[in-house]
Amino acid sequence: MSNDCVSRRTFLKIGGSSVAATAAVIVHPANAAPAQVKNTGRTLLPYPSNPVASASQMTVGTPLQFSYPDASSPCLAVKLGTTTLGGVGPDHDIVAYSMMCTHMGCPVAFDAKTNTFKCGCHYSMFDAEKGGQMIAGQATEDLPRIRLSYDEKTGKISATGIDGMLYGRQANVL
Amino acid sequence: MDNQGDRITLPPVNAQHTNMTCHFCIVGCGYNVFKWPENVEGGRAPSDNALGLDYTKQLPPLAVTLTPAMTNMVVDRDGSRHHIMIVPDKQCVVNSGLSSTRGGKMATYMYNANGLTRERLKNPRLYIGDQWVDTDWNRAMALYAGVLKHTLDKDGPDGLVFSAFDHGGAGGGFENTWATGKLMFTALQTPMVRIHNRPAYNSECHATREMGIGELNNSYEDAQLADVIISVGNNAYETQTNYFLNHWIPNLQGGTADKKKQRFPGEATPTTKIIFVDPRRTPSIAIAEQAAGSANVLHLDIEPGTDVPLFNGLFTYVVQQGWIDRDFIAQHTNGFQDAVKTNQMSLDDTSKITGVSVEKLRTAAEWAYKPKSSGQLPRTMHAYEKGIIWGNDNYLIQSSLVDLVLATHNVGRRGTGVVRMGGHQEGYTRPPYPGNSKIYIDQQIIQGKGRVMTWWACNNFQTSNNSEALREAVLRRSQIVKEAMQKAKGASDADLVNVIYDATSKGGLFVASVNLYPTKLAEAAHLLLPAAHPGEMNLTSMNGERRMRLSERFMDPPGSALPDALIAAKMANALKAMYQAEGNTAMEARFDGFDWKTEEDAFNDGFRRAGQPGVPKIDSQGGPTGNLVTYERLLAAGNNGVQLPVKSYTDGKLIGTEMLYTDSKFDTPDGRAQFKPAPWNGLPKTVADQKKKYRFWINNGRNNEVWQTAYHDQYNEFIRARYPMAYLEINPDDAKELSLSPGDIVEVFNDFGSTYAMAYPAVEIKRNQTFMMYGYVNGIQGDVTTDWTDRNIIPYYKGTWANLRRVGAMEDYQRTVSFKSRRFI
Repeated sequence: MSNDCVSRRTFLKIGGSSVAATAAVIVHPANAAPAQVKNTGRTLLPYPSNPVASASQMTVGTPLQFSYPDASSPCLAVKLGTTTLGGVGPDHDIVAYSMMCTHMGCPVAFDAKTNTFKCGCHYSMFDAEKGGQMIAGQATEDLPRIRLSYDEKTGKISATGIDGMLYGRQANVL
Repeated sequence: MDNQGDRITLPPVNAQHTNMTCHFCIVGCGYNVFKWPENVEGGRAPSDNALGLDYTKQLPPLAVTLTPAMTNMVVDRDGSRHHIMIVPDKQCVVNSGLSSTRGGKMATYMYNANGLTRERLKNPRLYIGDQWVDTDWNRAMALYAGVLKHTLDKDGPDGLVFSAFDHGGAGGGFENTWATGKLMFTALQTPMVRIHNRPAYNSECHATREMGIGELNNSYEDAQLADVIISVGNNAYETQTNYFLNHWIPNLQGGTADKKKQRFPGEATPTTKIIFVDPRRTPSIAIAEQAAGSANVLHLDIEPGTDVPLFNGLFTYVVQQGWIDRDFIAQHTNGFQDAVKTNQMSLDDTSKITGVSVEKLRTAAEWAYKPKSSGQLPRTMHAYEKGIIWGNDNYLIQSSLVDLVLATHNVGRRGTGVVRMGGHQEGYTRPPYPGNSKIYIDQQIIQGKGRVMTWWACNNFQTSNNSEALREAVLRRSQIVKEAMQKAKGASDADLVNVIYDATSKGGLFVASVNLYPTKLAEAAHLLLPAAHPGEMNLTSMNGERRMRLSERFMDPPGSALPDALIAAKMANALKAMYQAEGNTAMEARFDGFDWKTEEDAFNDGFRRAGQPGVPKIDSQGGPTGNLVTYERLLAAGNNGVQLPVKSYTDGKLIGTEMLYTDSKFDTPDGRAQFKPAPWNGLPKTVADQKKKYRFWINNGRNNEVWQTAYHDQYNEFIRARYPMAYLEINPDDAKELSLSPGDIVEVFNDFGSTYAMAYPAVEIKRNQTFMMYGYVNGIQGDVTTDWTDRNIIPYYKGTWANLRRVGAMEDYQRTVSFKSRRFI
């Protein structure tokens, strides 16, 4: 994946010309444009917190479709029946994933028998019990996992963010 | 930086664009590379980004594959930082915009000092004392060329041993095969050379070539035009992915029926059928059933190693039925009757040996060879790969298969072909091998022969047969040299060369490795030389339909790393200077002709001179018309390139060859294809002995997600989390008997060695059979492969038997690794 963090030290080590370029900026500070960007203190996308379901509504084998973070991004919440990595709810077994395959965005179908997501376009498969890990297939990313939060008092489950990159977007939040 | 991985920097409209052919598998999908300065980016509007895509809203399915893995940040040697993005090319006829899980990671695998490629070799490294130290090319060459020269002068070339690529793509290509070949064969003149994936210098396709049929004789389009596809020992979804998805699947789904009607007027176009020959139910079989419907898929699940009787049985049957092309046989072939006599096998006998029912055998023959309702013989494409290449007697299996193909005229007609599917891309241009016989190099090393061993862009510690024995010998022998070097404190380069040579006289072996990464060979090596890969150099290769493209350089290699071609030139020029210094003009002249500035110079010296008047013989896949190809012309041809051999350069375009043998003139002296008798000899004794002694067949092979030795993938969490260790698929009942749970560690052992794997119970695996991931970095399957080879020193990698022992549970694997079926069902 993209890794922009070539350290400044490495950068300076690489060649004299880059040092010179940096020096030039220092000598002519008037050339530097004033920062126009607001809110530079934030690095997280503005993920909404959206209600998904009540934990009591969710039963094993009956997934619940919803959209997140907006109407054009279909997702599926599943109660797996066994405690699962990242699972929420009273039994720590409710998880949710994007329904768009990370390869080319085809809808992935949930197979309740195996708790897997399957893409009919190019046959990629993802494991709902293992954080959306690609079992086999053509994607280069696991299935994006919708971060869920569970309010023990109300029993409400909300979507609060996404681990992974949704298909077909420049950023998960449009 | 953003560490969430939930957004992508888009290329601006004016981002630099270059072409890239995926440098991993043979299919060679076309990709577009975008590169732009770090401080600019494109916008979401289609007019604001170089992809022309509307990112202001959710893209519809199939619009693109663009994931974080397809992006990176690179730094050139002038210190400038750039974003890069490598995305599949919709205009490329090979993949039509499809991206595989391997090719989709190309950007990730470009060098980034803080990225997962940070372990790349940046400068030459020398093992001295008890540590690896960086050194410069001058010192590296003074020692390496010094040891080569000393050995050459004292013993002649036999002490100089190489294991080198012969392919295209990364760690290969026409530039690099030529340069290394010229160094090894013309300059050093050593016959002590093996190829990256087999322990001698030999072809993987001796039989078919002797029969007059080159192994890459059709186009990917022929898989769209076939009535029937027979896939033998080949798992195309995982190993030639976009060839399968973009050409086979559309045909299996009926999507090419109109095209067939148009191409073959007056000919019936029955529902496409596919036949798999494989002891294992592969992921490709499961997917073919999804695409074509189970009724149109036949799986001939033969007993391991019984390909020869299968094809002999089918051959005998179709001859009896008269489903053969008698005119073609009479006019364009030799030796038919001898083959009929030797290959004679009844369906009953075939069934007994292969374990496949007579009914299934008959169905296979009817599907593939019985004349169609319109009277013509079906167009049946035969595709084969490692099940045959690494099977029970490569030579005889190919003979029996091609006999069947010739009798039924399934070569040289569109929609047919008898083709290997391939592993790497191709890219062979070399002087002839300077020896008269094939030398089993690994055995030579094990027996203490050779003084200098150079592994070039390959890693036989993970990929050879009988690899434990090879590693043991190399580590033991290299240690002798290491100890001698350690004692030589303060020695000059010339003294150190003497010390190294003397140590090799005491059983030692000096080991060098030219590679992108240190690899497992670093455990034995004394010298590591940093190489470059596509994107960091210009590179030409051809794919499985002989389609040649130029992958353009778009960034600098890390540190002082160089293209292999220029490393070979450095070696040759260092030797030349040494001979010149001592006034040995005869030897100096042997190292002439390496005065190259760029990899293009190597291309022009080899590929473009093959077959030209006055030029010594060059074996080149470009043939004598290779001289029509230039970098400039390839650049103009883009990601569609040209299919070799080139016929002409007309109206500013290279014109290539879609299919070979359409004129029924084959590559034999009289132009007639040669039938070859293929007797059934059973399992080789070495292998049969293991089978008698040990319970489980250790079938093995590649999977989709991991490329080669995992030289890049081992650093990628996406892969490492999925396959922390080589997995071993085993029948759940067998697993139960051995108390094996998913994720347990299991020892695999037999007379040849012992290795370890992660247990992966799978219902698709038969009792007493297993499938182990081959060539992996954690759990080397080759440790238990035998040392048996066929007459051409081709190993039977697929054929070994071993016992299994549960070692223990790995809680981490059980918690984090999926053990769900890898078959799409």
